[in-house]
Amino acid sequence: MPFKAKVYVTPRKSVLDPQGKAVSSALHALGYAEVEDVRIGKFMEVRLAGDREAATARLEEMCKKLLANTTIEDYRFEIEEERS
Amino acid sequence: MKVAVVVFPGSNCDHDAYHAFKHILRIPTFFVWHKETSLDNPDAVILPGGFAHGDYLRCGAIARFSPIMRDVEAFAKKGGPVLGICNGFQILIEAGLLPGALLRNRSLNFISRDVHLRAEASDTPYTSRLRPGQVLRLPVAHGEGNYFADPETLKRLNGEGRVVLRYTDANGRLDESWNFNGSTEAIAGIVSEGRNIMGLMPHPERAVEEAVGGLDGRLILGSLTDRFTRRAA
Repeated sequence: MPFKAKVYVTPRKSVLDPQGKAVSSALHALGYAEVEDVRIGKFMEVRLAGDREAATARLEEMCKKLLANTTIEDYRFEIEEERS
Repeated sequence: MKVAVVVFPGSNCDHDAYHAFKHILRIPTFFVWHKETSLDNPDAVILPGGFAHGDYLRCGAIARFSPIMRDVEAFAKKGGPVLGICNGFQILIEAGLLPGALLRNRSLNFISRDVHLRAEASDTPYTSRLRPGQVLRLPVAHGEGNYFADPETLKRLNGEGRVVLRYTDANGRLDESWNFNGSTEAIAGIVSEGRNIMGLMPHPERAVEEAVGGLDGRLILGSLTDRFTRRAA
């Protein structure tokens, strides 16, 4: 069964996010005064085969090994079955 | 002495490093393609600057899994000197050979200019020609050189004298206004626990001739070669 995983990688709270800061000030400049904070991360779609349990374990490994740098980034993912 | 310069797809300071060692310091130097699995017995390894694997995902994240990196890690773990310059520093960090992370520059700009640096330690294979407090001038050219480390790591780095270079003004004074990329504590270069692995964002290999970039790069690269040429002499 093929799965589609949505992987979200975001800068950790303790880490400065210069892009997020720049976008936040741009939003303020546009008059969106209610914006308190912007954090910019990455969104990846990974299609993979196997059963759900294996896919989850493998994705966890992929995130730790390559997709995220856990010194500065957090990650999470959602897995859904792909309709053919 | 023999120096190996690793070449990744996207490396663009590999020839500068080769030129500095081979033609200026007159040390036998050779390139090693990243797909190789053996370094061929060098005395020192250089991971040069550039954009290995296009900097895709994160700078250095893909390069660290290049086949040659296994042997680079083995060489480093045996105490062999490994110098990562700019993108090479990013690769060493991604490989877990040096602590911390290199974030986007605070200004978000790619910054290419000369900067002043203060040597913080002379007891490394890369700084024996320098005395602590000495100021040098080297070019930088990077978009992701904003050094980050958590407080615990910083404490260790400082406590063990592993911060080797900091960004300062021309007189060696620390001041946030000279910390052009926003690095934590203005850190420009660090060494590993064993002091044999060094990563730095500035480019010593682009400052080895009077006509281009000045001569201060020789202080760092020459420190490394001194160790071997003096021993041999």
